[in-house]
Amino acid sequence: MKVLVPVKRVIDYNVKVRVKADGSGVDLANVKMSMNPFDEIAVEEAIRLKEAGKADEVVVVSIGVKQSQETLRTALAMGADRAILVVAADDVHNDIEPLAVAKILAKVVEEEQPDLVLAGKQAIDNDMNATGQMLSALLGWSQGTFASELDIDGDKAVVTREVDGGLQTIKVAMPSIVTVDLRLNEPRYASLPNIMKAKKKPLDEKTAADYGVDVTPRLEIVSTAEPAARAAGIIVGSVDELVEKLKEAGAV
Amino acid sequence: MAVLLLAEVNNGELAMDATAKAVTAAKALGDVTVLAAGASAAAAGEAAAKIDGVSKVLVAEDATLGHRLAESTAALIVSLAGDYEHIVAPATTDAKNVMPRVAALLDVMVISDASGVVDADTFERPIYAGNAVQTVKSSDAKKVVTFRTSTFDAAGEGGSAPVETVSAAADPGLSEWVEDKVAESDRPELTSAGVVVSGGRGVGSEDDFALIEKLADKLGAAVGASRAAVDSGYAPNDWQVGQTGKVVAPDLYIAVGISGAIQHLAGMKDSKIIVAINKDEEAPIFQVADFGLVADLFDAVPALTEKL
Ligand SMILES: Cc1cc2nc3c(=O)[nH]c(=O)nc-3n(C[C@H](O)[C@H](O)[C@H](O)COP(=O)(O)OP(=O)(O)OC[C@H]3O[C@@H](n4cnc5c(N)ncnc54)[C@H](O)[C@@H]3O)c2cc1C
Ligand SMILES: Nc1ncnc2c1ncn2[C@@H]1O[C@H](COP(=O)(O)O)[C@@H](O)[C@H]1O
Repeated sequence: MKVLVPVKRVIDYNVKVRVKADGSGVDLANVKMSMNPFDEIAVEEAIRLKEAGKADEVVVVSIGVKQSQETLRTALAMGADRAILVVAADDVHNDIEPLAVAKILAKVVEEEQPDLVLAGKQAIDNDMNATGQMLSALLGWSQGTFASELDIDGDKAVVTREVDGGLQTIKVAMPSIVTVDLRLNEPRYASLPNIMKAKKKPLDEKTAADYGVDVTPRLEIVSTAEPAARAAGIIVGSVDELVEKLKEAGAV
Repeated sequence: MAVLLLAEVNNGELAMDATAKAVTAAKALGDVTVLAAGASAAAAGEAAAKIDGVSKVLVAEDATLGHRLAESTAALIVSLAGDYEHIVAPATTDAKNVMPRVAALLDVMVISDASGVVDADTFERPIYAGNAVQTVKSSDAKKVVTFRTSTFDAAGEGGSAPVETVSAAADPGLSEWVEDKVAESDRPELTSAGVVVSGGRGVGSEDDFALIEKLADKLGAAVGASRAAVDSGYAPNDWQVGQTGKVVAPDLYIAVGISGAIQHLAGMKDSKIIVAINKDEEAPIFQVADFGLVADLFDAVPALTEKL
């Protein structure tokens, strides 16, 4: 079984986001970038499938600026076998929309013929939560989103999903797209020897044009603003004072 | 302009709060037709017909639509899409599963988690865990949008829209449902509760989470949790509040033993009044709290429960 894992290079989740003063977007110049946390989990799961003898190849793919190859090297250092970089933007501020990403991924799937695509449930920059579902639609495949457990069972995958009401388990026909949630696993760190080894693993470079996909955004970004700030609060000295304040505010 | 709104239907029952909030957002776009789909959906359709501002209800009942499997539900919506400029839903996990699939089948972008409607093409949505708010204008012929329910008031009841039935589209038969593990609770639902009491890693154990639950029950509140509390097994996953959990905006949110990471704040910082109880006065949660209490939660929470 071959597993394809799309990984996105995003602002590191620990970095405080700053909105640019002119409202044109979020400042990403000289900011620490990392692999989207959900994608680390997807890579980890793919590697575990390989270690368990269920998968024989793990291919990672990233779409965006050239620097995304750093993210791919991280995935290779974790244990992926091969990487594909699809350059589709020359400025890190040009985020490629999920629809265009899904179209490029659909072409990669056509070429690579994976049995399973393991994507993150959501990119923590645009918070779209869409790419996996869109790819699944374009391919006419099944989808198992927000997975907190995954079990490959012949030509089916059993996916336990985190949903509003609790957990739902479904069985999907393979090939399938599964998007992963935070509780699926804990991703490993790449060891130094593996980071060195990763430098020699194959990394193919392509462009969006190679796949004939138009990445022009469908959504024009009119403006980006700071969220409304909250008024400063107070520190109360005791439980009694807290109760009193809550009563004054009509909250209880 | 016509809007098709996918109602939130769980096991044949309408989730009134989520659906009525999405109706409020959708009304700004045009005439609202609600679609109630499921293995059984007639009762949900009848309930949706009473929401103010709904002009028509479509009921699609079919075994293949049970459990809101994405492939069959998306196929149904696409089969109806011709008549509508907007296809919308409340931003629940069910809708987030289905709507991007619908959008891709229609070759349009999806607008996830919209928190505001500027005009028929233009929407506001939080990005970067709510650290920025983006206004986006769609150039697509159809707009597929999910609405963040915490920012819209529920539409009232009192309407009586006509109800029609529609048939399911051919089922691609790609997925089957196995089981649901749904925790039954008498407490209010997290996303619609007026008061939420949430516990974090500071609570320390599943047993001690009872302290949080007791305070919640005293206040008639829903119980929430941080991701750390869920990951540590103190609380079930459906209690998680935050960027990747539920987004809530109750009148009163009490955060106990929660440090206030941005990913948690993303799910609760629009609450009307925020109370934080934490023994670390430097905890970032105090920066968004209206009332902060620097105290050991094991003393403060039982005392608060007693005094309220
Ligand atoms: C991609 C991604 C998505 C995420 N999504 C979410 C999300 O949706 N929701 C979410 O919550 N988190 C999310 N997180 C995790 C988030 O970054 C934090 O790790 C998490 O919110 C921390 O939870 P916490 O505040 O309970 O734990 P901690 O940060 O460990 O804080 C515990 C707090 O309890 C206090 N405390 C300890 N003992 C006591 C006591 N006896 N009395 C009083 N106070 C005490 C401590 O002072 C401390 O402030 C996400 C992270 C990532 C990377
Ligand atoms: N530019 C990209 N390159 C590679 N994978 C991506 C890209 N954008 C999104 N993805 C994948 O799709 C998932 C969901 O992203 P999104 O739909 O943008 O929230 C991510 O976790 C990745 O697995």
